[in-house]
Amino acid sequence: MYSETVKEHFFNPQNLLEGQPDESEFNGFGQVGSPACGDMMKVWVLVDESSDRILSMKWQTFGCASAIASTSMMSVIVTEGEGMTTDEAFEITPQMICDRLGGLPNRKIHCSVLGDKALQKAVNDFYRRSKQFDRVRVDRAKVVDPDTNITDKDIQEAVLEGAKDLESLQAKLKVAIGNPEFLPDVEKLLHFYVSKYYG
Amino acid sequence: MTVQQEIQELLKGRPKKFIYLDHAATTYVDSRVYEAMQPFFQVEFGNPGGFYELGKRAADAMQAARETVAGVLGCRAEEIIFTGSGTESDNMAVLGVARKRAKEGKHVIISAIEHHAVERPAEQLEKEGFEVTKVPVDKFGRIRVEDVKAALRDDTVLVSIMYANNEIGTIQPIYEIGTLLKDHKALFHTDACQAAGALDLNVEKLGVDLMTLNGSKIYGPKGVGVLYIRKGVEIQPLVFGGGQERGKRSGTENVANIVGMAKALSIAQAESETENARLKELRDKLIDGLTKIPKTILNGHPELRLPNNVNVSILDIEGEAFTLFLNEMGIYASTGSACTSTSLDPSHVILATGLPYECAHGSVRFSLGRKTTEEEIDYVLEVVPRVVSILRKISPLNLDADKVREKGQGDLKYI
Repeated sequence: MYSETVKEHFFNPQNLLEGQPDESEFNGFGQVGSPACGDMMKVWVLVDESSDRILSMKWQTFGCASAIASTSMMSVIVTEGEGMTTDEAFEITPQMICDRLGGLPNRKIHCSVLGDKALQKAVNDFYRRSKQFDRVRVDRAKVVDPDTNITDKDIQEAVLEGAKDLESLQAKLKVAIGNPEFLPDVEKLLHFYVSKYYG
Repeated sequence: MTVQQEIQELLKGRPKKFIYLDHAATTYVDSRVYEAMQPFFQVEFGNPGGFYELGKRAADAMQAARETVAGVLGCRAEEIIFTGSGTESDNMAVLGVARKRAKEGKHVIISAIEHHAVERPAEQLEKEGFEVTKVPVDKFGRIRVEDVKAALRDDTVLVSIMYANNEIGTIQPIYEIGTLLKDHKALFHTDACQAAGALDLNVEKLGVDLMTLNGSKIYGPKGVGVLYIRKGVEIQPLVFGGGQERGKRSGTENVANIVGMAKALSIAQAESETENARLKELRDKLIDGLTKIPKTILNGHPELRLPNNVNVSILDIEGEAFTLFLNEMGIYASTGSACTSTSLDPSHVILATGLPYECAHGSVRFSLGRKTTEEEIDYVLEVVPRVVSILRKISPLNLDADKVREKGQGDLKYI
């Protein structure tokens, strides 16, 4: 059922992060999926700010062989040669990963569509940490703070990750710090999500 | 050691032959069954409807097979119908009974953990204007008789509850449900495909009106099933034609398969006591060993379960990846993960026991068989913890087993 390449990446996964991440070795992190849905990926990147190239990408995946092989292959695609620029990283599609794997069985293709989302989140995280807010790319989410490009989805995720008050939210997202006029919207969303998820 | 090194070390120990632990999916054909079937392919190939000697001999062989099966079930030969599969028998029972009795009522009861061969025809009945109630199961996957009683209505015409579940092995209280239904007009059907060989199939004792069996789970051929239909019960056929099987299932009879089915069933019956004892020991050894792995839950009832069934949920890893690794190490098992089902839904059986999705995604079934040895079980117990350790290192998850259990135990309502 699986190509040799897929099996190769499953039994010999590349760039796996073993154990706990050393925070000093990465400057971007992204996570997608959940155990309930059967697929979850964590991606850590190290981007060289001056060249904008991704020097290192490590990952961990909970999911089937297709999911594991896809994240492994993606990490190779991203870091081969001198490493992709962050813009190039945004161009990665599940189709690209699938092609490099020599194809996946039809009903397994959906298993390979989360990896690039995790990578995009990791790159966006790097942009925020390095204050390149104008480069943060989001699709179809409502921006609540134009300076940082933080969207309602970002607030939702920060709450899901444990931020229950403005202080912890701002520590996570640096949202509306320089611009108090956006605070009311931010607080409304914060309270909405806190009561939704924590009762 | 890095994970890659751990994987390479493990793969070095790949055996030359494979260890088959998916007998609940299908079995090989026993040599004695194969021998019994042989004459009917090239020598005794007659159509049982033919009036010449060749045809009569085929008809006699078929009748003998019918009587053998009836002997095992404790019923009359004329109450045994041969079909093309367990799925076909289930469809005949569910659709055939409901459609025939639609004027008396349009309510059908099944369990929440039926095989798709019962679930899907029940869904079809809903499209035809029937109401279907699914009785829930407890955390062991067992039906409570009170729940069946509570679901019964004046317009219930059929109750279908499987004898033993194919995924988690839990045995249902068929005798108690049969007793309950004695005084109700609803007919009682049970899918006994997994129970044959392991449990008592006497239809009088069980109190069933219809029962499904198939050949491919009991070391018989694939492509043959049995439907026991109590005398007096009428069903609407699914397949019309030459009127074979008392008009209930037309089509030239596959005598070889029918003979094989009967032989397989009689062998299973004869050897059941010793074989069940042997299997239980191996099964329990496997269960003990697997549940020693941290965060591993046994699915199904610990005692009221099929002698050959082991089903566990291993947290933090996903079933398809797990079984692929096992496959590479020569162990053939199956999983309830969404990633292996054609519908992308995870096991409805695991979910019905109240466990959350995480447990369905990490569930694995090992089903033992006639040739399973203790050495094979020992090998599995050596390999599995190592595969789990590797996949847990690849996985970002570290679920709290107790929280997972809590999350799952919700109110089990009627669906």
